[in-house]
Formats: sequence, C-alpha cells, structure tokens
Amino acid sequence: MFLLARALIALAVVVAIGFGGLAALAWRSAIAPIAPPASSAFTPETVARGALLASAGYCATCHTAKGGQPYAGGYPVPTGFGTIYSTNITPDAETGIGAWSEAAFRRAMHQGVARDGSLLFPAFPYDHFTKLTDADVSALYAYFMTRPPLHASAHANTLPFPLKIRALQAGWKLLFFSAGRFQEQPERGAAWNRGAYLAEGISHCGACHTPRNALGAEERGKVFAGAPIDGWEAPPLTRSNPSPAPWTEDELFAYLRTGVSYLHGTTAGPMSPVVHAGLAQLPDADIRALAVYFADIDDAGARVAEVAPATRHAPAASAPGTGPTDDPAARLTAAACASCHYNAAATVNPLRPDLALSTAVNAPAPTNLIRIMLYGVSAREGAPGVVMPGFSRGLDDADIARIAAYLRATRTAHAPWPDLEKQVASIRQLGKGQE
Amino acid sequence: MTSFTINGRIVTVDAEADTPLLWVIRDEIGLTGTKFGCGIGLCGACTVHVGGRATRSCITSVSAVDNAVVTTIEGLDPAGAHPVQMAWRSLQVPQCGYCQSGQIMQAVALLKDFPSPTDQDIDAVMAGNLCRCMTYVRIRAAIKQAAAMGSRAKDG
Repeated sequence: MFLLARALIALAVVVAIGFGGLAALAWRSAIAPIAPPASSAFTPETVARGALLASAGYCATCHTAKGGQPYAGGYPVPTGFGTIYSTNITPDAETGIGAWSEAAFRRAMHQGVARDGSLLFPAFPYDHFTKLTDADVSALYAYFMTRPPLHASAHANTLPFPLKIRALQAGWKLLFFSAGRFQEQPERGAAWNRGAYLAEGISHCGACHTPRNALGAEERGKVFAGAPIDGWEAPPLTRSNPSPAPWTEDELFAYLRTGVSYLHGTTAGPMSPVVHAGLAQLPDADIRALAVYFADIDDAGARVAEVAPATRHAPAASAPGTGPTDDPAARLTAAACASCHYNAAATVNPLRPDLALSTAVNAPAPTNLIRIMLYGVSAREGAPGVVMPGFSRGLDDADIARIAAYLRATRTAHAPWPDLEKQVASIRQLGKGQE
Repeated sequence: MTSFTINGRIVTVDAEADTPLLWVIRDEIGLTGTKFGCGIGLCGACTVHVGGRATRSCITSVSAVDNAVVTTIEGLDPAGAHPVQMAWRSLQVPQCGYCQSGQIMQAVALLKDFPSPTDQDIDAVMAGNLCRCMTYVRIRAAIKQAAAMGSRAKDG
C-alpha cells in the first residue's frame, strides 16, 4: 500500500509538472492593443511590396469566404481534426487586426501567436512564414493595415474537445515547430535562393505538397513528397513525381507563369488559384527563381534525357482507339476524349494535353483524373480561356471508371487502379468542393 | 452572374452556375444554330468554340466560361463563308443537317491543330461527332478540301 501511494504521488507530481510546463510554454503575454494606424503611416512602396507578398502567399484565397469581402475571413479549412475557419485580417479594430501593432503581427507571422497571447492553429502556415525577413513582414503589415476595415466576426471552429484548447498547441510547437528566418545557401546562387525563400516561406508550397503526420505537422523527412489536399492529390515535387517527362526549369516556368506547360498539361484544382491569382502578380524573375528551385528539387538537370522518350511515346499511345473497334471502352474514350486530347505523330500540342504524359493518368491514385473527368476545368482554372467540360451529369460511375481504366492501360505501363468504380462513386459523393 | 463574349459581343447572363452553356446560348441569347443532341457530351451536336477550342456546350456549365470567348456557328463568318462552310456547301455534305453545325465547329478546330490532317487525325478528332445520316465520307472529303483551300490561301 505504501509503495502504491508513493507511486501515485510521484505520478501526480509528474503530471502536475507536465501541465505546469505546458502552461509555461503556452503562456504568451498579450501585446497591448493600438489604435489602427493611419494609411499615411506607410509608404506606397512598402504597401505595394506587401501587396505582392500577399499575392505570393495567396492570403486572399484562405482569408476570403466564397462570395465574401476580401480578407474578411470565414473560409472553411477542413482538417483531419475538424473545420477551422479563417479569420478577418482587415484592420477592423474589433473583429480584425486593427488593434495589432506591427510587433503583434510579426509575432503571429514568425511564432504563430495572436495579439492576445493565444496560440494560433497551424492551419495558418506560420511554420512557413517564420522564414520571412523582417522587412517582408513589415511590408505585409503595411499592406493589410491599408485595406478597408471590415466588420466580420470569426466563425466558430468545429474542433472537438480537447483539440480546441489552444494552449495544447504549445506541445505541438515543441514537437514540430522551429522558428527562424530563411538561411541562404550562397553557393547555390541568387535565383535558387530567391526561389527557395518564396517556396519555403511566403508561398508555403509544402503546406499542400508535403505529407502531414498524425498530428497534422509536415513530415520533415518527406518534404514535397506529395499529399492529399481538399479531395485532390497534390503530386510530389521531387523525382518521384509520376509525370513521364521531368519537370525541367522551362516546363516549371511555363506552368507557374501561364498555367499551361508543354509536357505537363494545365493547372487544375487547388493549384489553379495558386498560379492564376497568386503567383500571377509576381515578376518573371521570381517565377524563374521558383522554377530554378523546383528543377533542382526534382533533379531535372540529370533527367533531361528522359524528355525525348516520353514525348515519342505519347503520340504513339494516342493512336489506339482511333479506328473502328468493338471495345466499348475504346469507343467511349474516342467519343469523350479524343476530339481534344488526340495528338498526331511527332507533335504534342500543349492545348491538347496529352494523356500519356498526364500526371493524373500516371499517378498512383486515380483521384485527380476522376475529379477532372467529373467536374472539368473551367476557363479560369486551367489554360486561360479554355474549358474542359465535366462529365458528371453525362457519364455514370461505371463509364467514368471504364474510361479511366482504358487510359491507364493504353497510355501507361503502370498497374491498373483497383476498385475504380467505387472510387468514382466516393469522389462523386464528395462533390466538386469549394472554389 | 456570368459574363462572356459570344460572337464578338459581351453578354451577361443571370443563370444558375451549373446551367448548361447550350441552354443559355439557345434559350437566353437566342442563337439556335447550335443543337441539342444527347445532352451528355457524347454526340458533338452542341459543339461550340471556347477560347478557340471545340467544346461540348451541353455539359459545359455556364459558370465555367466566365470571362471566356465563345464562338457559335453563327459567329464563324459573317457571310457564312468560312473555308470549311464553303467546302461543306460545295460537296453538299449535310443530309438532314441536324448535327452539321457541331461537325463544322469541330472541323474548324481540327484544322487549326492539324492543317493537313491525315485520315487517322480526322477519325480521331471527329470520332465524338455523330451523324445519323452517315455523312462521314463527305465530312472527311470536305475537311480535306478545306485543308487544301487553307494551304493554297497560305501559299497564295
């Protein structure tokens, strides 16, 4: 009995110290509210620079509800733990960040702590923004403080107890967060460093393209290894990207600049606003820097020789099913796909995205292909002004599965996807999702 | 509200986002040259151009063409004298004619991508445009004639 009592007391002490430690870690002082600064407090150059950075960080994408006012928040971010709603980042003193001093804004960006001292959830990618220079954070502050203030209270999150306790984020930060500015690697050159600074910092590419662990943190050993996002699969940006042709610097530049590349088709899904709304504002030099960085990440320099065989294979694989056939899958594919996707020998037309080269057709999971077939790609999402209609109303699950299986078999050397029809049904169940 | 350009003029329509573009073109804008065939994007009768690309308007949501440029059979040429239309007339391609505006729109798009198409190119690209009168042989001949006119025009 005596031993048990001692053990219990020891346990209680450990737990108390644990909670005390967590509380000490979690405790951050509030930063005194300020009266919203006048617009004249910022130079137009700083505001313009902040506007560019806000665009490169897609702040508006997550901080604007569908049909809502820019930056007034309310956009739902579905996570594995519940839905987190973005907040109002206009300079409204009561419901926005109008009472935030620059020091408070900087602490939020660099440390993930709100002005009142509460810990922010990492749905706000401060694990990336911590890399931003002080000057860039100042520019962003200037930009947001000169937006029109809008009165819009935050929508309550749907995180369950105990996950909704913000203090517990202290433990998450201890395990997964390291604060610190971007460290240049001068030997890699100016363009690479600029690309790395943008990609790892403000543009937070890893937030979608790096897989997350059970606690929702990006896995450090799997940077850019691809991950599920909003019902889509964000492809790997490393060598393991399933596209038959490597993403060379020029391919990356074309894709990130225009939304269309020669050998990799067009933007779609959550990548569409990244290119067409976010990166669109950046100068060519920054897009080139991103291309230099990611061409290094996927080792494209060593893989240039893979381009020619891939482009030779593509049109050859485009031919099956173009003549008379008894195969119902071939007929269906010819009727539904070939008028736009067929390519003749020796040519690949970027506006006829070749399905043999398609990342979606070559990917381990059929998710993106099914999504594109069901819901299409609008004039705003893919190649500017060009539409791929969705077949969700015309084709049933069996027909979509039939075409997907046929493309997989005739355009690639990969194993068939299992349970295709079921996967089509479950994606149809999810619907198109938010735009 | 969706705004787009159709045959050179800007229109704004107040239709549900998922309304088929074909319904808007025929019922709201009043251009009836584009036809309803199968309604599931598998017969080609409703083909129009969006951004210069042949697009099945029956399965294209009107919201998908926001800000885009749409061309219908009526907008191909003010006098109906596009080289493809002239080839169609000279070879008397249509029989009942119902699918032909879709066929012509698809053929025009085909010739942009394949200025001198082979039989395989024509079969592949036109496979999604059905004709119950079986005018396929004349369609292929007319496409080749239009291609020849196009290359002569370029040479001349």
